[in-house]
Amino acid sequence: MSDAILKIDNITMQFGGVTAIKELSFNVQKGQTYGLIGPNGAGKTTIFNIITGNLKPTKGFVFFENKNITGTKPNKVVYKGIARTFQNIRLFKSMTVLENILIGFDAQANYSYFEAIFRLPRFFKREREIKEKAYELMKIFGITEFANTNATALSYGNQRKVEIARALATNPKLLLLDEPAAGMNPKETDELANIIHKIKSDFNLTILLIEHDMKFVNRMCDQLTVLDYGAKIFEGKPADAIVDEKVISAYLGDFSHA
Amino acid sequence: MNLDIFLQQLVNGASLGSMYALIAIGYTMVYGVLRLINFAHGDIMMVGAFLTFFAMQSGIPFEAALIIGIAGAAIIGILTDKIAYKPLREAPKISLLITAIGISFFLENLFTVLFGSTPKAFKAPEYLTKIFHLGNIYLPISVIIIPTVTLLILAIVLWILYKTKYGMAIRALAFDIQTVKLMGIDADKIIMIVFIIGSSLAAIGGVFYAVSYPSIDPLMGIIVGLKAFAAAVLGGIGSVGGAVVGGFILGFTEIFVVAMFPELGGYKDAFAFFFLILVLLFKPTGIMGQDLERGRF
Repeated sequence: MSDAILKIDNITMQFGGVTAIKELSFNVQKGQTYGLIGPNGAGKTTIFNIITGNLKPTKGFVFFENKNITGTKPNKVVYKGIARTFQNIRLFKSMTVLENILIGFDAQANYSYFEAIFRLPRFFKREREIKEKAYELMKIFGITEFANTNATALSYGNQRKVEIARALATNPKLLLLDEPAAGMNPKETDELANIIHKIKSDFNLTILLIEHDMKFVNRMCDQLTVLDYGAKIFEGKPADAIVDEKVISAYLGDFSHA
Repeated sequence: MNLDIFLQQLVNGASLGSMYALIAIGYTMVYGVLRLINFAHGDIMMVGAFLTFFAMQSGIPFEAALIIGIAGAAIIGILTDKIAYKPLREAPKISLLITAIGISFFLENLFTVLFGSTPKAFKAPEYLTKIFHLGNIYLPISVIIIPTVTLLILAIVLWILYKTKYGMAIRALAFDIQTVKLMGIDADKIIMIVFIIGSSLAAIGGVFYAVSYPSIDPLMGIIVGLKAFAAAVLGGIGSVGGAVVGGFILGFTEIFVVAMFPELGGYKDAFAFFFLILVLLFKPTGIMGQDLERGRF
Protein backbone atom coordinates (compact mmCIF):
# COMPACT_ATOMS: atom_id res chain seq x y z
CA MET A 1 0.00 0.00 0.00
CA SER A 2 2.95 2.32 0.42
CA ASP A 3 2.94 3.36 -3.23
CA ALA A 4 -0.64 4.68 -3.04
CA ILE A 5 -0.16 8.39 -3.57
CA LEU A 6 -3.75 9.18 -2.57
CA LYS A 7 -5.77 7.22 -0.11
CA ILE A 8 -9.44 7.97 0.47
CA ASP A 9 -10.17 6.27 3.77
CA ASN A 10 -13.75 5.55 4.73
CA ILE A 11 -15.08 9.03 4.01
CA THR A 12 -18.62 10.10 4.85
CA MET A 13 -19.89 13.55 4.01
CA GLN A 14 -23.20 14.84 5.26
CA PHE A 15 -24.84 18.16 4.40
CA GLY A 16 -27.52 18.63 7.00
CA GLY A 17 -29.54 15.43 6.77
CA VAL A 18 -28.35 14.55 3.29
CA THR A 19 -25.58 12.02 2.96
CA ALA A 20 -23.59 12.99 -0.12
CA ILE A 21 -20.86 10.39 0.36
CA LYS A 22 -21.15 7.20 2.34
CA GLU A 23 -18.14 5.31 3.73
CA LEU A 24 -16.13 5.68 0.56
CA SER A 25 -12.61 4.28 0.28
CA PHE A 26 -10.29 3.94 -2.68
CA ASN A 27 -6.59 4.18 -3.39
CA VAL A 28 -4.86 5.88 -6.29
CA GLN A 29 -1.42 4.46 -7.09
CA LYS A 30 1.43 6.69 -8.11
CA GLY A 31 1.51 7.24 -11.86
CA GLN A 32 -2.04 5.99 -12.40
CA THR A 33 -4.83 7.69 -14.24
CA TYR A 34 -7.75 6.93 -12.00
CA GLY A 35 -11.34 7.54 -13.03
CA LEU A 36 -14.22 8.60 -10.82
CA ILE A 37 -17.50 8.16 -12.60
CA GLY A 38 -21.16 7.99 -11.76
CA PRO A 39 -24.50 9.63 -12.51
CA ASN A 40 -25.10 13.31 -11.75
CA GLY A 41 -25.26 13.96 -8.03
CA ALA A 42 -23.30 10.84 -7.15
CA GLY A 43 -20.82 12.89 -5.10
CA LYS A 44 -17.84 12.99 -7.45
CA THR A 45 -17.16 16.71 -7.22
CA THR A 46 -17.75 16.55 -3.45
CA ILE A 47 -14.78 14.16 -3.24
CA PHE A 48 -12.65 16.69 -5.13
CA ASN A 49 -13.76 19.41 -2.73
CA ILE A 50 -12.78 17.22 0.21
CA ILE A 51 -9.35 16.39 -1.23
CA THR A 52 -8.56 20.05 -1.90
CA GLY A 53 -9.76 21.14 1.53
CA ASN A 54 -12.81 23.11 0.47
CA LEU A 55 -14.92 20.71 2.51
CA LYS A 56 -14.12 18.87 5.70
CA PRO A 57 -15.57 15.37 5.69
CA THR A 58 -18.02 14.36 8.42
CA LYS A 59 -16.05 11.16 8.90
CA GLY A 60 -12.95 9.55 7.44
CA PHE A 61 -9.55 10.67 6.20
CA VAL A 62 -7.62 11.72 3.14
CA PHE A 63 -4.01 10.55 2.98
CA PHE A 64 -1.64 12.04 0.45
CA GLU A 65 1.80 10.43 0.18
CA ASN A 66 0.98 8.64 3.44
CA LYS A 67 0.35 11.91 5.26
CA ASN A 68 -3.04 12.79 6.67
CA ILE A 69 -4.21 15.93 4.87
CA THR A 70 -7.87 15.83 5.99
CA GLY A 71 -9.15 19.38 6.46
CA THR A 72 -5.94 21.07 5.31
CA LYS A 73 -6.82 24.51 3.95
CA PRO A 74 -6.98 24.84 0.14
CA ASN A 75 -4.08 27.29 0.00
CA LYS A 76 -1.92 24.80 1.91
CA VAL A 77 -3.03 21.70 0.00
CA VAL A 78 -1.53 23.14 -3.15
CA TYR A 79 1.93 23.14 -1.56
CA LYS A 80 1.58 19.42 -0.89
CA GLY A 81 1.33 18.96 -4.63
CA ILE A 82 -2.37 18.74 -5.47
CA ALA A 83 -4.03 20.85 -8.16
CA ARG A 84 -7.47 20.75 -9.74
CA THR A 85 -9.65 22.07 -12.52
CA PHE A 86 -13.36 22.74 -12.33
CA GLN A 87 -16.37 21.30 -14.10
CA ASN A 88 -17.55 24.79 -14.98
CA ILE A 89 -14.34 26.48 -16.08
CA ARG A 90 -13.24 29.00 -13.49
CA LEU A 91 -10.66 31.26 -15.04
CA PHE A 92 -9.93 34.75 -13.78
CA LYS A 93 -12.01 36.75 -16.21
CA SER A 94 -10.65 39.96 -17.69
CA MET A 95 -7.14 38.77 -16.91
CA THR A 96 -4.95 37.59 -19.76
CA VAL A 97 -4.08 33.96 -20.39
CA LEU A 98 -0.50 34.66 -19.32
CA GLU A 99 -1.66 36.28 -16.07
CA ASN A 100 -3.98 33.37 -15.35
CA ILE A 101 -1.07 30.97 -15.64
CA LEU A 102 1.39 33.23 -13.79
CA ILE A 103 -0.91 33.22 -10.78
CA GLY A 104 -0.51 29.45 -10.63
CA PHE A 105 3.21 29.96 -10.17
CA ASP A 106 2.57 32.05 -7.06
CA ALA A 107 2.92 28.89 -4.98
CA GLN A 108 6.54 28.60 -6.05
CA ALA A 109 7.58 32.23 -6.30
CA ASN A 110 9.42 32.14 -3.03
CA TYR A 111 10.64 35.68 -2.75
CA SER A 112 9.59 37.80 0.19
CA TYR A 113 7.63 41.07 0.38
CA PHE A 114 10.95 42.73 1.03
CA GLU A 115 12.50 41.43 -2.15
CA ALA A 116 9.38 42.23 -4.17
CA ILE A 117 9.17 45.79 -2.91
CA PHE A 118 12.83 46.59 -3.27
CA ARG A 119 13.13 44.64 -6.51
CA LEU A 120 16.22 42.75 -5.53
CA PRO A 121 18.04 40.80 -8.25
CA ARG A 122 16.65 37.46 -7.07
CA PHE A 123 13.17 38.84 -7.62
CA PHE A 124 13.90 39.67 -11.25
CA LYS A 125 15.56 36.33 -11.82
CA ARG A 126 12.58 34.47 -10.39
CA GLU A 127 10.13 36.61 -12.36
CA ARG A 128 12.01 35.85 -15.58
CA GLU A 129 12.17 32.14 -14.85
CA ILE A 130 8.47 32.02 -14.05
CA LYS A 131 7.54 33.82 -17.24
CA GLU A 132 9.68 31.42 -19.27
CA LYS A 133 8.00 28.46 -17.60
CA ALA A 134 4.57 29.95 -18.29
CA TYR A 135 5.46 30.23 -21.97
CA GLU A 136 6.70 26.63 -21.98
CA LEU A 137 3.35 25.53 -20.57
CA MET A 138 1.41 27.55 -23.11
CA LYS A 139 3.50 25.97 -25.84
CA ILE A 140 2.61 22.46 -24.69
CA PHE A 141 -1.07 23.38 -24.85
CA GLY A 142 -0.71 25.26 -28.11
CA ILE A 143 -2.08 28.50 -26.69
CA THR A 144 1.01 30.71 -26.90
CA GLU A 145 -0.66 32.97 -29.45
CA PHE A 146 -3.31 33.88 -26.85
CA ALA A 147 -0.81 34.85 -24.13
CA ASN A 148 -2.00 38.44 -24.00
CA THR A 149 -5.63 37.80 -24.85
CA ASN A 150 -8.35 38.05 -22.24
CA ALA A 151 -9.05 34.54 -21.00
CA THR A 152 -12.79 34.85 -21.61
CA ALA A 153 -12.25 35.68 -25.29
CA LEU A 154 -10.97 32.14 -25.95
CA SER A 155 -13.02 29.23 -27.22
CA TYR A 156 -14.37 26.80 -24.66
CA GLY A 157 -11.79 24.17 -25.56
CA ASN A 158 -8.93 26.62 -25.23
CA GLN A 159 -10.24 27.95 -21.91
CA ARG A 160 -10.15 24.37 -20.66
CA LYS A 161 -6.51 24.16 -21.71
CA VAL A 162 -5.70 27.40 -19.89
CA GLU A 163 -7.32 25.99 -16.77
CA ILE A 164 -5.23 22.80 -16.92
CA ALA A 165 -2.09 24.83 -17.65
CA ARG A 166 -2.84 27.02 -14.63
CA ALA A 167 -3.22 23.92 -12.47
CA LEU A 168 0.11 22.58 -13.76
CA ALA A 169 1.78 25.86 -12.93
CA THR A 170 1.41 25.04 -9.24
CA ASN A 171 3.75 22.09 -9.86
CA PRO A 172 1.44 19.30 -8.71
CA LYS A 173 2.15 15.62 -8.25
CA LEU A 174 -1.56 14.81 -8.31
CA LEU A 175 -3.85 16.52 -10.79
CA LEU A 176 -7.61 16.42 -10.27
CA LEU A 177 -9.57 16.96 -13.48
CA ASP A 178 -13.30 17.58 -13.15
CA GLU A 179 -14.96 16.62 -16.44
CA PRO A 180 -12.18 17.93 -18.66
CA ALA A 181 -13.91 16.80 -21.85
CA ALA A 182 -17.32 18.26 -21.00
CA GLY A 183 -18.69 20.41 -23.79
CA MET A 184 -15.95 19.48 -26.24
CA ASN A 185 -16.47 18.07 -29.69
CA PRO A 186 -14.87 14.71 -30.60
CA LYS A 187 -11.87 16.37 -32.26
CA GLU A 188 -11.18 18.57 -29.23
CA THR A 189 -11.67 15.61 -26.92
CA ASP A 190 -9.14 13.63 -28.91
CA GLU A 191 -6.65 16.48 -28.78
CA LEU A 192 -7.21 16.84 -25.03
CA ALA A 193 -6.57 13.15 -24.45
CA ASN A 194 -3.24 13.47 -26.25
CA ILE A 195 -2.27 16.50 -24.20
CA ILE A 196 -3.18 14.78 -20.93
CA HIS A 197 -1.07 11.78 -21.92
CA LYS A 198 1.83 14.07 -22.73
CA ILE A 199 1.71 16.16 -19.57
CA LYS A 200 1.27 13.04 -17.50
CA SER A 201 4.59 11.62 -18.65
CA ASP A 202 6.37 14.99 -18.99
CA PHE A 203 5.44 16.15 -15.49
CA ASN A 204 5.38 12.72 -13.88
CA LEU A 205 1.79 13.13 -12.77
CA THR A 206 -0.85 11.01 -11.15
CA ILE A 207 -4.29 11.93 -12.42
CA LEU A 208 -7.68 11.59 -10.80
CA LEU A 209 -10.39 12.20 -13.35
CA ILE A 210 -14.14 12.77 -13.22
CA GLU A 211 -15.76 12.14 -16.56
CA HIS A 212 -19.01 11.14 -18.24
CA ASP A 213 -17.62 10.42 -21.69
CA MET A 214 -17.08 6.64 -21.39
CA LYS A 215 -14.98 6.46 -24.54
CA PHE A 216 -12.66 9.04 -23.03
CA VAL A 217 -12.59 7.22 -19.69
CA ASN A 218 -11.86 3.93 -21.41
CA ARG A 219 -8.98 5.45 -23.27
CA MET A 220 -7.48 7.39 -20.34
CA CYS A 221 -8.00 5.44 -17.15
CA ASP A 222 -6.09 2.51 -15.76
CA GLN A 223 -8.65 1.98 -13.07
CA LEU A 224 -11.87 3.52 -11.89
CA THR A 225 -14.44 3.75 -9.15
CA VAL A 226 -18.13 4.09 -9.93
CA LEU A 227 -20.22 6.05 -7.45
CA ASP A 228 -23.96 6.04 -7.07
CA TYR A 229 -25.68 8.07 -4.37
CA GLY A 230 -22.32 8.59 -2.69
CA ALA A 231 -21.46 4.93 -2.35
CA LYS A 232 -18.99 2.85 -4.32
CA ILE A 233 -20.77 0.33 -6.53
CA PHE A 234 -17.81 -0.76 -8.62
CA GLU A 235 -14.03 -0.63 -8.61
CA GLY A 236 -11.84 -2.08 -11.32
CA LYS A 237 -10.86 -1.78 -14.96
CA PRO A 238 -12.93 0.45 -17.26
CA ALA A 239 -13.61 -2.46 -19.62
CA ASP A 240 -15.21 -4.42 -16.80
CA ALA A 241 -17.24 -1.44 -15.58
CA ILE A 242 -19.28 -1.08 -18.73
CA VAL A 243 -20.51 -4.65 -18.51
CA ASP A 244 -21.16 -4.57 -14.77
CA GLU A 245 -24.84 -4.93 -13.96
CA LYS A 246 -24.87 -2.55 -11.01
CA VAL A 247 -23.15 0.14 -13.05
CA ILE A 248 -25.55 -0.26 -15.93
CA SER A 249 -28.58 -0.06 -13.66
CA ALA A 250 -27.19 3.04 -11.92
CA TYR A 251 -26.89 4.80 -15.25
CA LEU A 252 -29.95 3.49 -17.04
CA GLY A 253 -32.27 2.76 -14.14
CA ASP A 254 -33.00 -0.56 -12.54
CA PHE A 255 -35.15 -2.50 -14.99
CA SER A 256 -35.89 -5.32 -12.57
CA HIS A 257 -38.18 -3.00 -10.60
CA ALA A 258 -39.78 -1.44 -13.63
CA MET B 1 -18.19 83.72 -15.29
CA ASN B 2 -14.89 85.08 -16.56
CA LEU B 3 -11.85 82.95 -17.34
CA ASP B 4 -10.03 83.75 -14.10
CA ILE B 5 -12.87 82.61 -11.95
CA PHE B 6 -13.37 79.58 -14.16
CA LEU B 7 -9.72 78.54 -13.75
CA GLN B 8 -9.82 79.20 -10.07
CA GLN B 9 -12.89 77.00 -9.65
CA LEU B 10 -11.37 74.36 -11.89
CA VAL B 11 -8.41 74.03 -9.55
CA ASN B 12 -10.68 74.02 -6.51
CA GLY B 13 -12.79 71.32 -8.10
CA ALA B 14 -9.73 69.20 -8.85
CA SER B 15 -8.61 69.54 -5.26
CA LEU B 16 -12.00 68.55 -3.82
CA GLY B 17 -12.36 65.77 -6.38
CA SER B 18 -8.96 64.40 -5.34
CA MET B 19 -10.14 63.88 -1.79
CA TYR B 20 -13.25 62.08 -2.95
CA ALA B 21 -11.15 60.00 -5.34
CA LEU B 22 -8.65 58.94 -2.65
CA ILE B 23 -11.44 57.80 -0.36
CA ALA B 24 -13.45 56.22 -3.20
CA ILE B 25 -10.50 53.97 -4.15
CA GLY B 26 -10.77 52.27 -0.76
CA TYR B 27 -14.51 51.71 -1.15
CA THR B 28 -14.10 50.25 -4.58
CA MET B 29 -11.16 47.95 -3.76
CA VAL B 30 -12.79 46.50 -0.67
CA TYR B 31 -15.95 45.96 -2.69
CA GLY B 32 -13.88 44.19 -5.33
CA VAL B 33 -12.53 41.55 -2.97
CA LEU B 34 -15.28 41.23 -0.36
CA ARG B 35 -18.44 42.47 -2.16
CA LEU B 36 -18.85 44.74 0.84
CA ILE B 37 -19.70 48.44 0.92
CA ASN B 38 -17.43 49.25 3.82
CA PHE B 39 -19.43 52.00 5.48
CA ALA B 40 -16.74 52.36 8.14
CA HIS B 41 -14.36 53.63 5.47
CA GLY B 42 -15.26 57.31 5.96
CA ASP B 43 -14.51 56.89 9.65
CA ILE B 44 -11.13 55.35 8.89
CA MET B 45 -10.45 58.61 7.09
CA MET B 46 -11.43 60.50 10.25
CA VAL B 47 -9.13 58.29 12.33
CA GLY B 48 -6.26 59.09 9.96
CA ALA B 49 -6.88 62.82 10.26
CA PHE B 50 -7.17 62.65 14.07
CA LEU B 51 -4.00 60.63 14.53
CA THR B 52 -2.12 63.06 12.32
CA PHE B 53 -3.55 65.94 14.35
CA PHE B 54 -2.51 64.42 17.68
CA ALA B 55 0.93 63.57 16.39
CA MET B 56 1.38 67.18 15.31
CA GLN B 57 0.15 68.42 18.68
CA SER B 58 2.80 66.41 20.42
CA GLY B 59 5.38 68.30 18.39
CA ILE B 60 6.03 65.89 15.57
CA PRO B 61 6.50 67.68 12.22
CA PHE B 62 3.64 67.48 9.72
CA GLU B 63 5.30 65.03 7.32
CA ALA B 64 6.13 62.50 10.04
CA ALA B 65 2.71 63.02 11.63
CA LEU B 66 1.09 62.22 8.30
CA ILE B 67 2.97 58.92 8.18
CA ILE B 68 1.80 58.13 11.74
CA GLY B 69 -1.77 58.94 10.65
CA ILE B 70 -1.49 56.68 7.61
CA ALA B 71 0.01 53.82 9.61
CA GLY B 72 -2.62 54.21 12.35
CA ALA B 73 -5.48 54.19 9.84
CA ALA B 74 -4.00 51.13 8.16
CA ILE B 75 -3.84 49.32 11.51
CA ILE B 76 -7.45 50.26 12.32
CA GLY B 77 -8.40 49.05 8.83
CA ILE B 78 -6.68 45.71 9.37
CA LEU B 79 -8.26 45.35 12.81
CA THR B 80 -11.79 46.02 11.53
CA ASP B 81 -11.26 43.33 8.92
CA LYS B 82 -9.77 40.79 11.32
CA ILE B 83 -12.16 41.40 14.20
CA ALA B 84 -15.42 42.32 12.50
CA TYR B 85 -15.43 41.15 8.89
CA LYS B 86 -13.32 38.00 8.84
CA PRO B 87 -15.66 35.93 11.04
CA LEU B 88 -18.41 36.76 8.53
CA ARG B 89 -16.66 35.63 5.32
CA GLU B 90 -19.17 32.84 4.76
CA ALA B 91 -22.15 34.75 6.19
CA PRO B 92 -24.80 36.46 4.03
CA LYS B 93 -23.56 39.79 2.64
CA ILE B 94 -26.26 41.69 4.52
CA SER B 95 -24.67 40.67 7.85
CA LEU B 96 -21.37 42.07 6.64
CA LEU B 97 -23.02 45.33 5.60
CA ILE B 98 -24.78 45.78 8.94
CA THR B 99 -21.50 45.04 10.72
CA ALA B 100 -19.78 47.74 8.67
CA ILE B 101 -22.43 50.26 9.73
CA GLY B 102 -21.91 49.15 13.33
CA ILE B 103 -18.15 49.70 13.08
CA SER B 104 -18.86 53.13 11.63
CA PHE B 105 -21.05 54.13 14.61
CA PHE B 106 -18.53 52.63 16.99
CA LEU B 107 -15.60 54.65 15.65
CA GLU B 108 -17.61 57.89 15.50
CA ASN B 109 -18.85 57.55 19.06
CA LEU B 110 -15.57 56.28 20.44
CA PHE B 111 -13.79 59.37 19.14
CA THR B 112 -16.60 61.63 20.36
CA VAL B 113 -16.36 60.18 23.87
CA LEU B 114 -12.56 60.29 23.93
CA PHE B 115 -11.95 63.66 22.34
CA GLY B 116 -15.25 65.57 22.40
CA SER B 117 -17.39 66.66 19.50
CA THR B 118 -16.08 70.20 19.21
CA PRO B 119 -14.20 70.68 15.94
CA LYS B 120 -10.47 71.05 16.39
CA ALA B 121 -8.48 73.53 14.35
CA PHE B 122 -6.01 71.77 12.10
CA LYS B 123 -2.86 73.84 11.61
CA ALA B 124 -1.35 72.78 8.33
CA PRO B 125 2.28 73.75 7.72
CA GLU B 126 2.67 77.15 6.16
CA TYR B 127 4.04 75.96 2.84
CA LEU B 128 0.73 74.22 2.15
CA THR B 129 -1.53 77.14 2.99
CA LYS B 130 0.57 79.92 1.50
CA ILE B 131 -1.40 81.89 -1.08
CA PHE B 132 0.20 82.41 -4.45
CA HIS B 133 -1.16 84.17 -7.50
CA LEU B 134 -1.02 83.50 -11.19
CA GLY B 135 -2.35 86.54 -13.03
CA ASN B 136 -5.59 87.27 -11.24
CA ILE B 137 -5.97 83.83 -9.70
CA TYR B 138 -5.24 83.55 -6.01
CA LEU B 139 -4.81 80.06 -4.65
CA PRO B 140 -3.37 78.26 -1.65
CA ILE B 141 -0.57 75.95 -2.75
CA SER B 142 -2.44 72.97 -1.33
CA VAL B 143 -4.95 72.98 -4.19
CA ILE B 144 -2.09 72.28 -6.58
CA ILE B 145 -0.31 69.78 -4.36
CA ILE B 146 -3.42 67.76 -3.51
CA PRO B 147 -4.39 66.76 -7.09
CA THR B 148 -0.74 66.13 -7.99
CA VAL B 149 -0.20 63.82 -5.05
CA THR B 150 -3.51 62.09 -5.82
CA LEU B 151 -2.53 61.32 -9.40
CA LEU B 152 0.86 60.07 -8.20
CA ILE B 153 -0.87 57.77 -5.69
CA LEU B 154 -3.25 56.56 -8.39
CA ALA B 155 -0.26 55.66 -10.57
CA ILE B 156 1.27 53.71 -7.68
CA VAL B 157 -1.99 51.86 -6.97
CA LEU B 158 -2.42 50.93 -10.63
CA TRP B 159 1.21 49.80 -10.74
CA ILE B 160 0.62 47.56 -7.72
CA LEU B 161 -2.56 46.17 -9.28
CA TYR B 162 -1.15 45.44 -12.71
CA LYS B 163 2.58 44.94 -12.25
CA THR B 164 3.02 43.00 -9.03
CA LYS B 165 2.00 39.52 -8.05
CA TYR B 166 0.03 40.93 -5.12
CA GLY B 167 -1.94 43.07 -7.54
CA MET B 168 -2.54 40.05 -9.72
CA ALA B 169 -3.85 38.18 -6.70
CA ILE B 170 -6.08 41.13 -5.74
CA ARG B 171 -7.57 41.22 -9.23
CA ALA B 172 -8.02 37.45 -9.29
CA LEU B 173 -9.67 37.53 -5.88
CA ALA B 174 -12.35 39.80 -7.29
CA PHE B 175 -13.45 36.88 -9.48
CA ASP B 176 -13.10 33.75 -7.48
CA ILE B 177 -11.87 33.37 -3.90
CA GLN B 178 -11.99 29.58 -3.98
CA THR B 179 -9.80 29.23 -7.05
CA VAL B 180 -7.36 31.83 -5.78
CA LYS B 181 -6.85 29.72 -2.67
CA LEU B 182 -6.22 26.65 -4.81
CA MET B 183 -3.37 28.57 -6.42
CA GLY B 184 -1.68 28.58 -3.04
CA ILE B 185 -2.54 32.18 -2.28
CA ASP B 186 -3.53 33.13 1.24
CA ALA B 187 -6.75 35.03 0.48
CA ASP B 188 -6.85 36.62 3.95
CA LYS B 189 -3.40 38.07 3.44
CA ILE B 190 -4.45 39.60 0.13
CA ILE B 191 -7.61 41.04 1.73
CA MET B 192 -5.38 42.52 4.43
CA ILE B 193 -3.25 44.20 1.77
CA VAL B 194 -6.41 45.69 0.24
CA PHE B 195 -7.41 47.10 3.64
CA ILE B 196 -3.91 48.53 4.11
CA ILE B 197 -4.01 50.27 0.72
CA GLY B 198 -7.61 51.51 1.13
CA SER B 199 -7.14 52.77 4.70
CA SER B 200 -3.84 54.49 3.91
CA LEU B 201 -5.41 56.38 1.01
CA ALA B 202 -8.40 57.29 3.19
CA ALA B 203 -6.01 58.71 5.80
CA ILE B 204 -4.26 60.79 3.15
CA GLY B 205 -7.67 62.00 1.91
CA GLY B 206 -8.63 62.84 5.50
CA VAL B 207 -5.49 64.89 6.05
CA PHE B 208 -6.04 66.71 2.75
CA TYR B 209 -9.56 67.47 3.93
CA ALA B 210 -8.23 68.75 7.25
CA VAL B 211 -5.72 70.96 5.44
CA SER B 212 -8.37 72.43 3.13
CA TYR B 213 -11.12 72.98 5.70
CA PRO B 214 -8.82 73.50 8.57
CA SER B 215 -10.80 71.67 11.21
CA ILE B 216 -11.56 68.10 12.15
CA ASP B 217 -14.29 66.47 14.23
CA PRO B 218 -15.31 62.86 14.95
CA LEU B 219 -18.23 63.01 12.51
CA MET B 220 -16.26 64.46 9.60
CA GLY B 221 -16.13 61.05 7.91
CA ILE B 222 -19.87 60.62 7.54
CA ILE B 223 -20.76 63.04 4.78
CA VAL B 224 -17.39 62.89 3.01
CA GLY B 225 -17.48 59.11 3.20
CA LEU B 226 -20.97 58.95 1.74
CA LYS B 227 -20.00 61.30 -1.06
CA ALA B 228 -16.92 59.25 -1.84
CA PHE B 229 -19.14 56.19 -1.88
CA ALA B 230 -21.41 58.00 -4.38
CA ALA B 231 -18.28 58.75 -6.43
CA ALA B 232 -17.26 55.09 -6.40
CA VAL B 233 -20.72 54.03 -7.61
CA LEU B 234 -20.76 56.81 -10.20
CA GLY B 235 -17.43 55.61 -11.59
CA GLY B 236 -18.42 51.96 -11.40
CA ILE B 237 -17.93 50.16 -8.12
CA GLY B 238 -15.05 47.71 -8.28
CA SER B 239 -13.07 49.85 -10.72
CA VAL B 240 -10.14 51.88 -9.35
CA GLY B 241 -10.00 54.07 -12.45
CA GLY B 242 -13.76 54.60 -12.17
CA ALA B 243 -13.46 55.66 -8.54
CA VAL B 244 -11.01 58.39 -9.51
CA VAL B 245 -13.12 59.57 -12.45
CA GLY B 246 -16.23 59.55 -10.25
CA GLY B 247 -14.40 61.48 -7.53
CA PHE B 248 -13.28 64.20 -9.90
CA ILE B 249 -16.71 64.50 -11.56
CA LEU B 250 -18.26 64.95 -8.15
CA GLY B 251 -15.65 67.48 -7.08
CA PHE B 252 -16.01 69.60 -10.22
CA THR B 253 -19.81 69.51 -10.15
CA GLU B 254 -20.01 70.52 -6.52
CA ILE B 255 -17.66 73.47 -7.00
CA PHE B 256 -19.12 74.67 -10.30
CA VAL B 257 -22.78 74.43 -9.38
CA VAL B 258 -22.09 76.50 -6.28
CA ALA B 259 -19.99 78.98 -8.28
CA MET B 260 -22.63 79.42 -10.99
CA PHE B 261 -25.73 79.29 -8.82
CA PRO B 262 -24.66 80.62 -5.43
CA GLU B 263 -28.26 80.41 -4.23
CA LEU B 264 -27.97 76.59 -4.48
CA GLY B 265 -24.92 76.62 -2.18
CA GLY B 266 -26.89 75.25 0.73
CA TYR B 267 -27.74 72.17 -1.30
CA LYS B 268 -24.21 71.32 -2.34
CA ASP B 269 -24.13 68.13 -0.31
CA ALA B 270 -27.23 66.96 -2.14
CA PHE B 271 -25.61 66.81 -5.58
CA ALA B 272 -23.59 63.71 -4.81
CA PHE B 273 -26.72 61.85 -3.84
CA PHE B 274 -28.64 63.26 -6.80
CA PHE B 275 -25.91 61.71 -8.98
CA LEU B 276 -26.08 58.50 -7.00
CA ILE B 277 -29.83 58.23 -7.65
CA LEU B 278 -29.43 59.00 -11.35
CA VAL B 279 -26.66 56.41 -11.74
CA LEU B 280 -28.63 53.76 -9.93
CA LEU B 281 -31.68 54.52 -12.08
CA PHE B 282 -30.07 54.66 -15.50
CA LYS B 283 -26.68 52.94 -15.38
CA PRO B 284 -26.28 50.95 -12.18
CA THR B 285 -22.85 49.71 -13.27
CA GLY B 286 -21.48 53.26 -13.36
CA ILE B 287 -19.20 54.93 -15.90
CA MET B 288 -16.40 52.39 -16.07
CA GLY B 289 -18.18 49.35 -14.73
CA GLN B 290 -19.61 46.58 -16.85
CA ASP B 291 -20.98 43.80 -14.75
CA LEU B 292 -21.57 44.02 -11.04
CA GLU B 293 -21.31 40.29 -10.62
CA ARG B 294 -17.73 40.29 -11.82
CA GLY B 295 -15.41 42.57 -9.93
CA ARG B 296 -12.81 44.34 -12.00
CA PHE B 297 -10.12 46.88 -11.32
